[in-house]
Amino acid sequence: MTALPPFQTLLDEHAADVMAVLRGAVGRTDAEDCFQETFLAALGAYPKLGDASNLRGWLLTIAHRKAIDHHRANGRRPLPVADVAEVPTMAEEAADDGIWVLVGALPPKQRAAVALRYACDLPHTEIAAALGCSPEAARRSLHEGMKRLRKELA
Amino acid sequence: MRTELKRLADRAAAEGLLDVAYATTDSPFGPLLLARTPRGLVRVSLPAYDADETLEELAARISPRVLEAPAQLDDARRQLDLYFEGKLTEFDLPLDWSLTEGFRGKVQRAIYGIPYGETRSYMQLAASAGNERAVRAAGSACGTNPIPIVVPCHRVLRTGGALGGYGGGLPMKRALLEMEGVLGRKPT
Repeated sequence: MTALPPFQTLLDEHAADVMAVLRGAVGRTDAEDCFQETFLAALGAYPKLGDASNLRGWLLTIAHRKAIDHHRANGRRPLPVADVAEVPTMAEEAADDGIWVLVGALPPKQRAAVALRYACDLPHTEIAAALGCSPEAARRSLHEGMKRLRKELA
Repeated sequence: MRTELKRLADRAAAEGLLDVAYATTDSPFGPLLLARTPRGLVRVSLPAYDADETLEELAARISPRVLEAPAQLDDARRQLDLYFEGKLTEFDLPLDWSLTEGFRGKVQRAIYGIPYGETRSYMQLAASAGNERAVRAAGSACGTNPIPIVVPCHRVLRTGGALGGYGGGLPMKRALLEMEGVLGRKPT
C-alpha cells in the first residue's frame, strides 16, 4: 500500500481541476459550495482510503457525485419566482465563461464528460472511472456532448 | 482560490476533520514549519529540515488529514515572534507530546522545564528524567525533540559547557544562547 500523502498535497495539485470540473458541471455560482462539499467529503474519507494510486480520479469522482447531488437537490426545489431577477447575472456569467455556459446547459453526463475531457484533460479511461461507467459509454457521452456544442455554435 | 481554501480549512476544523494544521513562520534563522493537532503544538521543524518530509512524517505518524491552516497557529506564531524579539521568556502553549514516547519522552519533558537563560548538561538531564547513567539516551532525546525552541533543547550543553549538537546547526544554537544571555557560562 502506498502511504497516503498529506491531504494538503491533494489540494495543491488538484483543487484547480476540481473547481474547473465543478464550474463546468454546476456553473460558477454553485461551484464554490460543491467544491467545499467535495473536499470535506474527501477529507472525511481520506484516512481509510486503501489505494493512493489515483487520488486525482478519486477526487474527480467525488466532485462528480456532489454535482449530481446538487442537480437533484435543485430539481426538487420549487422554482422561486424571485429568481427571475437573477437573469441579468446569467448574462454576465455568459460573457465571463463563454463556452462553459453552453457546456453547463448540456445533460449531466455529457456535461461532465466534456468538462473532464477539456477542463481537466483526462483520458477516456479516467473519465469513465470518474463517471462510474465504461470507457465506451464515456466516449459516447463526450461525443454526444461535443456534437451538441458544435451545433449550438454553428 | 485562496478564499476557498481558507474556508475549507475553517470548516474542516469546525467539523473535527482537521487532524494536523500547519503553517510556516519567519524566524531570524529562516522559515519554521509549525504543526498542531486539536490537542496542541506537536511539531516545530527548523529551517535545516525539509518541510515536505516533515509533512509526510506527520501524515504517516499522526494522520494524513494534514492541511495548511495558518489561523490555527496564530498563537504559536505570535509567541515565537516575541521570543525571537527577546520579549517572551516563557511559552504558554498547549503541547501535544504524541510524537515522543518512553525515556526520550521523559527527557523531552524535562527539557521543557529548563527556564529561559539557564542551561543543563546532558548528564543532569538524564538524571532529572530518572536515569543519570543514560547520558547517551538523553543526547538522542535532544536530537529527536519534535518541538525545538518551545521545548528548549538548545539549553542543553555538554558537561563543562561545550555546545554539543543541535538539529538546526550549531550557529543557531549559539545564537539562541547568546540571545538568552547565557553563552559562555558553565551549566549550573
